[in-house]
Amino acid sequence: MYINQHLCDVCGTCVSVCPVDAIEVFETQVVIDNDVCISCGKCAQVCPARAIGDAL
Amino acid sequence: MIRKFYDVVVIGAGPAGSVAARYAAMGGASVLMLERDREPGIPVRCAEGVSVNGIEPYIDIDESWVAARINHAKLVGPSGNSAFLRNNGAGLVLERRIFDVRLCELAIAQGVRLLTKANATGLIRKNGVVSGVEFTHDGVETSVACNIVIGADGVESRVGRWAGMDTALALKDLDTCVQYTLDGIDVNPEYCEFQFGNEISPGGYVWIFPKSNHSANVGIGIAGVKAKDKGPKEYLDTFVAKRFPEASATYTVYGGVPTSYMKDEYVQDNVILAGDAARQVNPITGGGIVQGMIGGQLAGETAAEAVKAGKFNRRFLMSYKRKWDKRLGDNQKVMFRLKERFLGMTDGKFENLVNFIKTIPEDKFSMSYLFKEAVKEDPKLMMDVAKSFILSKLKK
Repeated sequence: MYINQHLCDVCGTCVSVCPVDAIEVFETQVVIDNDVCISCGKCAQVCPARAIGDAL
Repeated sequence: MIRKFYDVVVIGAGPAGSVAARYAAMGGASVLMLERDREPGIPVRCAEGVSVNGIEPYIDIDESWVAARINHAKLVGPSGNSAFLRNNGAGLVLERRIFDVRLCELAIAQGVRLLTKANATGLIRKNGVVSGVEFTHDGVETSVACNIVIGADGVESRVGRWAGMDTALALKDLDTCVQYTLDGIDVNPEYCEFQFGNEISPGGYVWIFPKSNHSANVGIGIAGVKAKDKGPKEYLDTFVAKRFPEASATYTVYGGVPTSYMKDEYVQDNVILAGDAARQVNPITGGGIVQGMIGGQLAGETAAEAVKAGKFNRRFLMSYKRKWDKRLGDNQKVMFRLKERFLGMTDGKFENLVNFIKTIPEDKFSMSYLFKEAVKEDPKLMMDVAKSFILSKLKK
């Protein structure tokens, strides 16, 4: 999964549903580790800013 | 100078974290509190509604952070049919950006050390035991040693994951939310409004919390499980275009609200969670400020007792969970079961609920009355609630 950094509000909602702990939050940025990600799509479904998709 | 060791490190300086830090310090512990942002309270990810009774034990009411005093709640059903719950002077709409700083000042006055722009990045373990926190401060990597970590890091609850707890939420147990602070609108600052219905807000509600007679926090939370095709922003924009077509948004914010409950595993050796991180939220309303402060107090007190006793294992720290269950947790589990029922409610049922509330005499209104009457109307509800009660009692 990929995050559109222009849309992301760094709210952490995606982190709270990730079943494999693939999402890290830095001070001003959320980053998905695609080596860990299983593409379940939960983060994209709950992202209130609709900033996450399965392609860049 | 930041010391190399504190008895307790609190991660997150929201209401849960700052109250936890304050009570730990009052109990004699040395406390460091880390805040990721440049200032506690910002960005505000909150509808800012609280009850006076709920916050009074923790802070003297001060006009500098009270935007509006709320007398009533207006519940609006899917057809526009509405009912008032009257409760004079019982509610407040806050200015969280001031409120959160005041709570931090109260912690600092008890000896807590606060660092802003301090982003926790992991836990340090010595022989398998959590013995400190790694963080960046102003972008520079550093660390601090401690005996207890209190994770009050909000919905994302990363501290819990670092400690090996499963804090991941199911999609049905998370509300995905958007809120605008709208200005240039006509609102009655005496009441908060809640709009229900599957067309308006599936599995959640739209709120209008006034901040003055010309501005309000207007937001929406929808159940994550119902956000597949349309997100909360699309629902909210539809609502706002109809209701406040001429409004300007002075603020836009996104966020998630856990609608789960606090579990035993949120207490581990040397690590406990509080606030949204511990899912200390009313699963029906999504309210978490007062719940987080109560959880924070219990977490802070337990941490101070642990420091005094020199015992930091899960067995000792579980007294925190037992105190929480007695105070709010048992009730929270019942609310959680009710929330699961609300998720499946049809618009017709919402209409019945609004009509039913209309029939309650003003002087009789209380949550327990509402509950008793609702159970009469819907026996299956009673079975659910009875089961939750029995289960929660059996666990003790």
